[in-house]
Amino acid sequence: MRPLAMRMREKVVLRVVSRSFIPFVLLFGFYVQFHGDFGPGGGFQAGVIVAAGLILYAMIFGLDAARLVVPQRWTEIGAVVGVLLYGGVGALSLLLGGNFLDYNLLDSHDPMHGQHLGILLVELGVGITVTSVMIMIYYVFAGRGVGARPPTAADAER
Amino acid sequence: MTQLVPLQVVIPLLAAPICLLLRDRRYAYVFSLAVVWATFAVSVALLGQVLGSGPLSYAMGGWAPPFGIEYRVDTLNAFVLLIVAGIAAVVLPAGVGPGSRAAQDGREYIFYTAFLLCLAGLLGVTITGDAFNVFVFLEISSLASYVLVSLGDDRRAFVAAFSYLIVGTIGGTFILIGIGLAYQMTGTLNMEDLAARLPLVTDQRTTRVAFAFLTIGIAIKLAVFPLHQWLPNAYSQAPAVVSAFLSATGTKVAYYLLVRFVFTIFGAGFVFGALHLDAILMPLSIAAMFLGSIAAIYQTDLKRLLAYSSIAQVGYMTLGLSMASIDGLTGGIVHLFNHALMKGGLFLVVACVAERLHSTRLVDLRGLGRRMPITTAAFVIGGLGLIGVPGTAGFVSKWYLVLGALERDSILLAFLILLSSLLAVVYLWRIVELAYFQAPDADAAPIREASSSLIPACVLIAATLYFGIFTEWSAGVARSAAIWLMGGPV
Repeated sequence: MRPLAMRMREKVVLRVVSRSFIPFVLLFGFYVQFHGDFGPGGGFQAGVIVAAGLILYAMIFGLDAARLVVPQRWTEIGAVVGVLLYGGVGALSLLLGGNFLDYNLLDSHDPMHGQHLGILLVELGVGITVTSVMIMIYYVFAGRGVGARPPTAADAER
Repeated sequence: MTQLVPLQVVIPLLAAPICLLLRDRRYAYVFSLAVVWATFAVSVALLGQVLGSGPLSYAMGGWAPPFGIEYRVDTLNAFVLLIVAGIAAVVLPAGVGPGSRAAQDGREYIFYTAFLLCLAGLLGVTITGDAFNVFVFLEISSLASYVLVSLGDDRRAFVAAFSYLIVGTIGGTFILIGIGLAYQMTGTLNMEDLAARLPLVTDQRTTRVAFAFLTIGIAIKLAVFPLHQWLPNAYSQAPAVVSAFLSATGTKVAYYLLVRFVFTIFGAGFVFGALHLDAILMPLSIAAMFLGSIAAIYQTDLKRLLAYSSIAQVGYMTLGLSMASIDGLTGGIVHLFNHALMKGGLFLVVACVAERLHSTRLVDLRGLGRRMPITTAAFVIGGLGLIGVPGTAGFVSKWYLVLGALERDSILLAFLILLSSLLAVVYLWRIVELAYFQAPDADAAPIREASSSLIPACVLIAATLYFGIFTEWSAGVARSAAIWLMGGPV
């Protein structure tokens, strides 16, 4: 049996549709991310949408192609950076003399603006971490056993 | 300095991802050491402040309680914070040990990251004054501890971690359902607010169901007999350092949570007067004391033996709670502290043994008293503590438990406490016999004492002796917490 990626190369409809579809998925993800403080949405939902776009890419064009777009190491760094961004906002407000995660202090003139900035940064942190972890989970499961054993007779029958 | 309150959780929580970035084994080790010691220093400062000037309250994000998340430190949880952070500060220098999966793969930083996350979760559960926050931190610590267990020496650790995950998730879900029902009845998640509003609705079935879900969920995390089945596998398959940390902190925080929900949120009058929790918890505690010890007698592996002994020791703690008296509760809380020292120390001794012998089976311990004299002596002293010999920390807790039993005019209960202690003599004597009265195998190569785990083990074992003699600090704080919980003056 040929590898999945090779068989997928013949599915023209899937390839063409997903190729034109993925940019809009990602764009929608960013919309949900950055419009989250005015309307429904936020970091978690946006992270899942962006990750779904990239996972779709990995399913259609293969794991290796996806790893060229987002290397596995990036997902680890992303997961860390997101958490640190969230916690860093909290630590910053501590250093500015307020309580942990008190956004009011982030803008010395206008507390309202500080709240806005705080929630934007925190949600960005959530988004980065969720995207990274979703992709990481997909990589780990999809990469499991690939090339680990030669195909057996049972595989060929299927 | 109320800013110390969030730092207690934030330092390890933010250090964990940084540890993941460091990757290098030595950097991660040194960095996480600095972090756990800083966390310990914060907990010491917090307890000092609370004992000096009363409870501290902290509004997360500047949102005033009861609407925002409140962190609240009083005598009880400052004491538990100190235990958890202190055990972490002593255990972590031992490192993960060369046998563990993390070391085999050259990915020790995973261990340090999970350790710090677990620590942050346990401290968060303890420090928070918000019921939903309890659940969030409980999940952080649980998920991290599943990872820690799965880092064990061989593939059986995966099975142990997976079954721990299933059972732990059920426990966590029960707690969440309980919190949800309590929220439905009162419209608040703040613990103080809950404590003020729940007495008004205690006649409602929903309140009782909320309490039932919470109790069973916490009992799973606490490994109360007969919900203990996850514990022996998890503790015996995890790396010995992880067993030392989890046995000394994980069940202790669950016990704290039970005390918190029973005494300060639902109220002793409702729990013991209307629901008669003691009628269920006391027989189960006694069953745990006996069956845990009897099961320990039949084990052939040192880690499994200690794990079953933990189930018996949890029985003593819940027995103290079910007495619902100042002496009984003092016994339970001080045993929380003493058992953390003893079992943490004993599991670290096992880490020493595993490092040199590459085995924890009892048959391999023959003649260990001659091959590793300091390690074996430390084990014996820790074991004497488990039995409750005067002069060790274990005696102090049993003393208060027996006082509590006599206060209830129950000679039988006092007798059972003493009888079950004798069972501990049986399972510990087997090891003494093997280690001191049998010669090592003729072909056994001479071995040195363990390198990194020996000092932490000796520190904890020495502490059990210290707190067995100088009790005014450990039993004193536990007693003032118990008096406060029973509604007396602070």
